[in-house]
Amino acid sequence: MKKLLISASIVSVTLSSILFTNMAHASRDYISVVGSSTVYPFSTVVAERFGKSTQFKTPKVESTGSGGGLKLFCQGVGIQFPDITNASRRIKASELTLCQDNGVTGVVEVLIGFDGIVLGNSNQAEQMTITLKELFLALGKKVPNPDGSQTLVTNPYTTWDQINPSFPNHKIEVLGPPPTSGTRDAFSELALEGGCKKIDWIADINAQSKAASKSGNKALANDLKYEFKSICHSVRDDGAFIEAGENDNLIVQKLNANPNALGIFGFSFLDQNSDTIQGTKINGFEPSFDFIADGSYPVSRPLYFYVKKDHVGVVPGIAEFLAEFISNKASGQEGYLADKGMIPLNSTLRKQVKADVKMLKPLAL
Amino acid sequence: MTNLSSQPAANAQTPSTMDLVNKNLAKRYRAEKRFKAYGIAAILFGLACLVILFTDIVSKGHSAFLQTYVYLEVTYDADTLEIDDINNPQQIAIADYSALVKASLRQQFTDAKSRKERRNLYGLVSNGASFTLRESLEDNPALLNQTVGVWLLADDDVDTYYKSRGDDKADAFVGRLVPKQVAWIETWITNQQIKKRFNTTFFTSGDSREPEQAGILGAMAGSLFTLLVTIILSFPIGVAAAVYLEEYAPKNKLTDFIEVNINNLAAVPSIIFGLLGLAIFIGYFEMHRSLPLVGGLVLSLMTLPTIIISSRAAIKSVPPSIRDAALGLGASKMQVILHHVLPLSMPGMLTGAIIGFAQALGETAPLLMIGMVAFIVDIPGGISDPSTVLPVQIFLWSDSPERAFIERTSAAIMVLLAFLITMNTFAILLRNRLERRW
Repeated sequence: MKKLLISASIVSVTLSSILFTNMAHASRDYISVVGSSTVYPFSTVVAERFGKSTQFKTPKVESTGSGGGLKLFCQGVGIQFPDITNASRRIKASELTLCQDNGVTGVVEVLIGFDGIVLGNSNQAEQMTITLKELFLALGKKVPNPDGSQTLVTNPYTTWDQINPSFPNHKIEVLGPPPTSGTRDAFSELALEGGCKKIDWIADINAQSKAASKSGNKALANDLKYEFKSICHSVRDDGAFIEAGENDNLIVQKLNANPNALGIFGFSFLDQNSDTIQGTKINGFEPSFDFIADGSYPVSRPLYFYVKKDHVGVVPGIAEFLAEFISNKASGQEGYLADKGMIPLNSTLRKQVKADVKMLKPLAL
Repeated sequence: MTNLSSQPAANAQTPSTMDLVNKNLAKRYRAEKRFKAYGIAAILFGLACLVILFTDIVSKGHSAFLQTYVYLEVTYDADTLEIDDINNPQQIAIADYSALVKASLRQQFTDAKSRKERRNLYGLVSNGASFTLRESLEDNPALLNQTVGVWLLADDDVDTYYKSRGDDKADAFVGRLVPKQVAWIETWITNQQIKKRFNTTFFTSGDSREPEQAGILGAMAGSLFTLLVTIILSFPIGVAAAVYLEEYAPKNKLTDFIEVNINNLAAVPSIIFGLLGLAIFIGYFEMHRSLPLVGGLVLSLMTLPTIIISSRAAIKSVPPSIRDAALGLGASKMQVILHHVLPLSMPGMLTGAIIGFAQALGETAPLLMIGMVAFIVDIPGGISDPSTVLPVQIFLWSDSPERAFIERTSAAIMVLLAFLITMNTFAILLRNRLERRW
């Protein structure tokens, strides 16, 4: 007993002392990637192939969300900080300032492709065809008064056919991601704001804000912009929009259980579950690979990653990893990322990105 | 005497205690039965939930233990591989083995003409197949320029199709397969060129984004290393703290304060320990993210209160007579503790500790903060290699769009449950073995 106790304590003391002293400044021989959970499925495929086809170790990819990833990324230069962060939106000016304040000056932006956000329902129900404006009327917290006056009322619509008589007589039920999710941000910005702008007098507020900003009245411009955003980005909270969690598979399962509901999820989940789920046509276009790629389908967002220039050459393999990511076999029109559901860039945009990456052109906003 | 005479009279008017008891007896028995039934109902409810959970997981996950393989005649053509010197391992390592698979597929299905059709055809075999071919050529260089039949890993879409097919083609899950691909698979089925084998890959490889190549070994190793660090740190520290608090500490305001805090820490949500770990181990000590070492340290902090509380309870349950007897025979306080108190309280301490470790094994929230929610392909070889753990692997797979990951998620849950059941069984066996009665 005594021996056991003594040996156990010796082991733990030596172990912890070795670790605390040695770990701190050891070098790192693998690339560390953090960031968006939307880019994660694509980033990991490239990481895996890169690890298998080169002599470098497989990069480590963490799924922290776009915002969390950028925060970690901008904490400083040094091997304990990540080399690359993925984002399903562009870096904000405030985030770039944070980076610069912490000494991360060379940030290289790489646009890799697009991701479609899909509205879908179970294929036991009818496929819907909806416009962005109708979508806003169904999901906005406050919508224009149905009597036609330029006032806002709390969303009065409870069934689809109240919005458009050709729609089915179902209760409005839409399952979507919570506000912490990047998919939700993009959905608000692209789908809801897109539909909101179709209402002339609301679009006017935005136009006035821009005019005020031009004429130098910053305060008014900000007020108007805030008003516009709060009208267009607020999602109703009376139970018609159901926050179903970050897991898209869960939303797909719930749609199978409830054929009257619609769900919001990423395109790759539609692609993989085409036997049970169908996409809703938005503005007349089905969420298909081709329509998202050529921009006819309106709800798609860009996918980026950001590279710390100061780490290139310090952590082995970063330049080669970048080369793999932007190669034709990965992110080209017929690359393996397209097989995984990412919508590739068109060739002119790709050429531009490739040139920028080759020169490691630092980002300036 | 008066009592005796007055009793019958009293009986006639007010019933005796015995009568009251007899009268209520049936009612009391019924209440007793109901009370027992509530207990049984509670257990049945729990069991039913467990059965539903297990059936759901097993019915979804059992198919992941089998994997579809396709039989192809492959020619190790030296020209295609661009190998001119078979003794040069470098050439063997970098050769393009996928070209061999493609050639073999083209040979069998000559109806794939256009570029798109060929792409579809090549997609039927996993890109992991080329690694199988490379390994077999490395093992046996004499295969060069030979034609051999090999069983190669099928793509996950083929795997899902073949598993869901059963005997009837109509039941099959087609998913992303185009009609031509289905026709090719059907040809394989008629030729008996396709079969299911035990999925060894699942237990021998790390994570992968291709479901057919994904395995659980990386996460298992990560869990093991993390738990090892947790055990080594938290058990001795927890026991030492408990011994001091029970045997030496004076009873005053300070020790009361410590006790309140330990009990309080046991109830703190685990994510807070993750934040603490992020600030201290990664922020201050500048350790790397995603290491089992950091994970183990964080989980040690989390399990320490549980261990201290259960160890104190175990020490308290050692009868004072044993201490008194030992002291009376001239043993020192340390001898009393090391020779009598600790061995007698060990079963209780171990049970508490193992329950704490089982809890740590299933924890994900604190690991999120320190970067163990990550995609890691290489299997960790020690506590300073980046790794993930079993519950995190389950979380990551459950979030993946590929259909074939659904069954793998359930299979991973089964592995985790097996781990937990083993640990808890071990805890009970240990307790039964070491327990001493007095």
